[in-house]
Amino acid sequence: MQLLSQLESGQSGIILAIEAEESLFHRLSALGFRVGKPLSLIRRANFNGPLHVRLGSTDIVLRIADAMRIQVNTR
Amino acid sequence: MKRIALLGMPNTGKSTLFNRISGASARVGNWPGITVDLMSAKILMGGHIAELIDLPGIYDLHGFSDDEQVVRHFLANNALDLVIILLNSAQIDRQLSLVLQIKKLNLPCVLALNMSDEAKRAGITIDAHSLEQALQMPVIEISAKYGDGLPKALQAASNILNQVQQKPSPNTIRQLLEEDNQIEHEMERLIQQHVQIPTSLSNNATDTLDKILLHKWLGLPLFFLAMFLLFQFIFTAGKPLQDGLAWALDWLRTDVLEIAFASTPAWFHGLMLDGIYNGIATVAAFVPIIVLFFLVMAIVEDSGYLSRAAFLMDALMAKMGLDGRGFVMMLMGFGCNVPALMGTRVMRSRAMRLLTMLVIPFSLCSARLQVFIFMIAALFTAQQAPLILFGLYLISFITMFMTALLFQRQYKSVEPFILELPPYRLPTAKQILLRGWLEVKHFLNRATKFIVIGVVLVWLMTNFPSNVAPASAGTYAGQVGLLFAPILDPIGINQELAIALIFGFVAKEIVVGALAVIYGMQGDALMAQMATQIDWVQAISFMLFTLIYTPCLSTIATLNSESKSSAFMWLSIAWSLGLAWLVSFVFYQSARMLGF
Repeated sequence: MQLLSQLESGQSGIILAIEAEESLFHRLSALGFRVGKPLSLIRRANFNGPLHVRLGSTDIVLRIADAMRIQVNTR
Repeated sequence: MKRIALLGMPNTGKSTLFNRISGASARVGNWPGITVDLMSAKILMGGHIAELIDLPGIYDLHGFSDDEQVVRHFLANNALDLVIILLNSAQIDRQLSLVLQIKKLNLPCVLALNMSDEAKRAGITIDAHSLEQALQMPVIEISAKYGDGLPKALQAASNILNQVQQKPSPNTIRQLLEEDNQIEHEMERLIQQHVQIPTSLSNNATDTLDKILLHKWLGLPLFFLAMFLLFQFIFTAGKPLQDGLAWALDWLRTDVLEIAFASTPAWFHGLMLDGIYNGIATVAAFVPIIVLFFLVMAIVEDSGYLSRAAFLMDALMAKMGLDGRGFVMMLMGFGCNVPALMGTRVMRSRAMRLLTMLVIPFSLCSARLQVFIFMIAALFTAQQAPLILFGLYLISFITMFMTALLFQRQYKSVEPFILELPPYRLPTAKQILLRGWLEVKHFLNRATKFIVIGVVLVWLMTNFPSNVAPASAGTYAGQVGLLFAPILDPIGINQELAIALIFGFVAKEIVVGALAVIYGMQGDALMAQMATQIDWVQAISFMLFTLIYTPCLSTIATLNSESKSSAFMWLSIAWSLGLAWLVSFVFYQSARMLGF
């Protein structure tokens, strides 16, 4: 088990759990973050900037603080 | 002789496969119903001599490209015993549509899945066996390049040729194609008339572009380069438009309105022309720049680049409680604050939007630049000029960051920063123009009344009482300047400069003109006069104040209409006036203390 924020560029995994308050949880699920869905980390911005994540055919940018709420199972 | 057609989408390796099967026997031939030459070859298949025809690569059997028509006409005029359909396995999700279209025609088919190695590398697994049952046609994975699976595919093709089976005549196919075509035509017509679809680049192109535009080290320089070019475009294209508009407004005034109001009393003439007409002209002056700004913004936003800029700049901006999109607006503010404020609408969180709107008025816009260039030319040497201008830009950035840092607690965004990165798209011209027009309409609706009233007020202050010279110390503006002398003296701003600052409240564009009226002279004479009246410390103090205090009435009107809160507007005015005074005070007093 790893946090999404800990993945390296190019690494992929499956969402195990999302531990976020309601507003963040809703926002995440609206964009397709659901338990069991595969995702991959495309790249990280410099200077601890946001992450570029691919979920199915959707590309999403989110900050490290929010990515820390998502647990993934890396393959 | 049996006839076999090879069909597939472009770039699926169709020609490679054709060459591999046909060997050296290929020839170019004419076919009934079509005007282009097609490659064909005689091959031995399942004990028959068969003719294999390489049809042009098409995306859609019902499409409107020339090649698609060629294929349709070929199918409707030549009887076929078999169609070999070739797909790129890596894009099977997209390409399967062509298979279903051919299947609809009831032609005997073999489906060859090419580039299966590539698909495997992309992690795509195709269950050929179950797909075969679902499609009711042989499905064989092959490699046209290396020949893998080819014997199996040819065997499947021979089996079909050897079966005695019902196959549709070209006439039936023509009817089927025509029926489908009518639907396609109908659909095309409906889409063209009622739907606008931006051209979307494929995911591969988006990935490639992202690799460059979001590159770890190249991304930011490219972002700044893009911003610089867009900026250049807005102001290069905007200059002639603004000049033309200024000329037209001037012409209307001198050749029409001056004559029309010539016989009216002086105060009425002044109110109409210097008050109301100038107010309207001030509003109109913003129209070209707003249109151009939003043309560019529409391109940046709809192309999908704005979200990418946010990705690149977020690390820095997050520390100030802003997000990456805010930075794009801040940069745009260096051209003109008004459209930059309107552009903050892309932010969904109100708190973050207000914080960005509080920050934008500190960007050194092109109107303020005019004032600085005049003052620098009047009081400094050509060697000092660039340093001073650079310093002013630096202070502009510092005041922005400081404001954001100070107010980020008050305007704390609770919305998480999670953005979708759409594939890159080319926005349609209509989309872009519509955006520019809507924004101008919005600005005119919301700001006109506010700006005209403001301009009339300043006109009243600088022209009354009527027994003193306009813009002189005796006017209300001069008296206000005198009233504020205890506040303005410590920052080195005399009564004349104070009146200019009151004018500058309307628009920075008129500050230089106001100084001309106040001193009663123009151009070089005005510069020489100013150089004798104030020293360089006062000049810098004046420029600092001009840089930081409220940019213009239009900005205030926009702040008010965009935030829908007059309290917020007053906060912005108070903060910028206060900060302007503080910065000028610190500078002026320290310079004087150091003996300058």
